[in-house]
Amino acid sequence: MEIPRHWRLRKQRYGLVGEVCPHCEAKIFPPRDVCPDCGKEAKTKFSFSGQGEVYSYTTIYNAPSGFEANVPYTVALVKLEEGPLVTAQLTDVAEEEVEIGMPVEMVTRRLHQDGDERGLLVYGYKFRPIGFAAH
Amino acid sequence: MNNNIVIAGIGQTAVGEHWKTSLRELAHYALEDAIKDAGGLRPQALFVANMLAPNLSKQSHLGALIADFSGFVGIEAVTVEAAGASGGAALRQGYLAVLSGMVDVALVVGVEKFTDVVDAGTETALATTLDSDFEAVQGVTPTSQAALLMRRYMHEFNVPADGLAGFPVTAHANGAGNPNAMFRRAIKAETYARAGMVSEPLNMFDAAPNADGAAAVILTRADLLPPNFPHPLVRISGSASASDLLALHDRPDPLTFPAARRSVETALEKAGLTREQIDFFEYHDAFSIYAALSLEAAGFAERGRGWELARDGVIALNGKLPCATMGGLKARGNPGGATGVYQAVEAAAQLRGGGGANQVAGARYAMIQSLGGPAATAVTHVLERVEIGE
Ligand SMILES: [Zn+2]
Repeated sequence: MEIPRHWRLRKQRYGLVGEVCPHCEAKIFPPRDVCPDCGKEAKTKFSFSGQGEVYSYTTIYNAPSGFEANVPYTVALVKLEEGPLVTAQLTDVAEEEVEIGMPVEMVTRRLHQDGDERGLLVYGYKFRPIGFAAH
Repeated sequence: MNNNIVIAGIGQTAVGEHWKTSLRELAHYALEDAIKDAGGLRPQALFVANMLAPNLSKQSHLGALIADFSGFVGIEAVTVEAAGASGGAALRQGYLAVLSGMVDVALVVGVEKFTDVVDAGTETALATTLDSDFEAVQGVTPTSQAALLMRRYMHEFNVPADGLAGFPVTAHANGAGNPNAMFRRAIKAETYARAGMVSEPLNMFDAAPNADGAAAVILTRADLLPPNFPHPLVRISGSASASDLLALHDRPDPLTFPAARRSVETALEKAGLTREQIDFFEYHDAFSIYAALSLEAAGFAERGRGWELARDGVIALNGKLPCATMGGLKARGNPGGATGVYQAVEAAAQLRGGGGANQVAGARYAMIQSLGGPAATAVTHVLERVEIGE
């Protein structure tokens, strides 16, 4: 059980809260307090819009523990409209419908389950195609 | 400072599924061979390269364990971990120890034991090498990361669907001539084109098999070698290590391996060589796409064109830059943290003229490179055959 860790990261997992650099305006996600572009301190909070496009994607059939029930699932590098890339699962879409450049938006979903059916459920961001009505 | 640091002894086990052999036994077999090969030199320090034993075998503290089990109780002994680059990183620690003058004889042993677990255990353990908070939490694995890079690479550079086939085809052709390789049968490009997908577009031939194995080298100064040392001398002429942003999504351009580039440039500079002088290159082909990106990072190919070296036979044994000469990770097998030490053993054997069926004719300079993940760690060594007294 890793409850403190998931609680600590709740603003990132549920709200895509990162940082903006006060020196060069770079948008930073995940937050790291030091700007990757200019190297200066960057602790100003910034909420990302959750809109972006698919930079790359693939499907996982051999899953780590906690994810076996999701197999197969599609993961992607999503380029957020503010600049950063983020690693996330895609949802509400079949893998064969995904393509590089496809516009996507963030939604909150269950990511995985630690341990058995009574294990901790971990929620966080996934991305789905924009304008796609869930079945 | 005497910088004639030589690889005095080499040893290895076959790579494969060693169901009946434990982690400590594998390490012992390899280091026993290396010590015998070095004419009986006794190590004063042991550097163990390992990636996953705390996870897969519930065993950490490998330094003391292996020193103890192998009859070297009392010597300095530690583990070096840098994911898939553990082997290269431990080799560098051994090299630095001898170079410093504090240690006369160092033993570097890489060991990995994958078959202590089955099912999801392996993927779970491997995923711990990623950014746990922002990559692994999404169910991403090292293999799917490689697939993400491969898809983007093929998209950006218009690589045909079977464009990377040349990497596994070369590896398997070379594995056929290596008695310690896991796969010893050549494959055809058509076999690649028909292969089942692991994580689209990455197929089963684009991923090196995780396997058990151990390899070891004895390092010392040339002036400490026993009289009548029986082998041609192989010196470590250049050594460098670099790191990159751990998470793929944090990188400004995920399709470059800047840590690999930096470590190659520094290692060549230390060796006083240009990349054109390198006779063969043991790259870290954990995935075909990593071989392509490593060739580009090392400056052997332009951005987006590394795959053409495989297509055009440049990396074949009889090509201009032979790579994976003993099968590479793909066909020799990928024993995780031991892999970088296997590369050192294989390159030293080649430089001694002991490459057997796979001998690179007249080889004098070798470059070996060990990567952790998508080159979040990159360790590069240049090895050189030298004449005694040179
Ligand atoms: Zn900045």
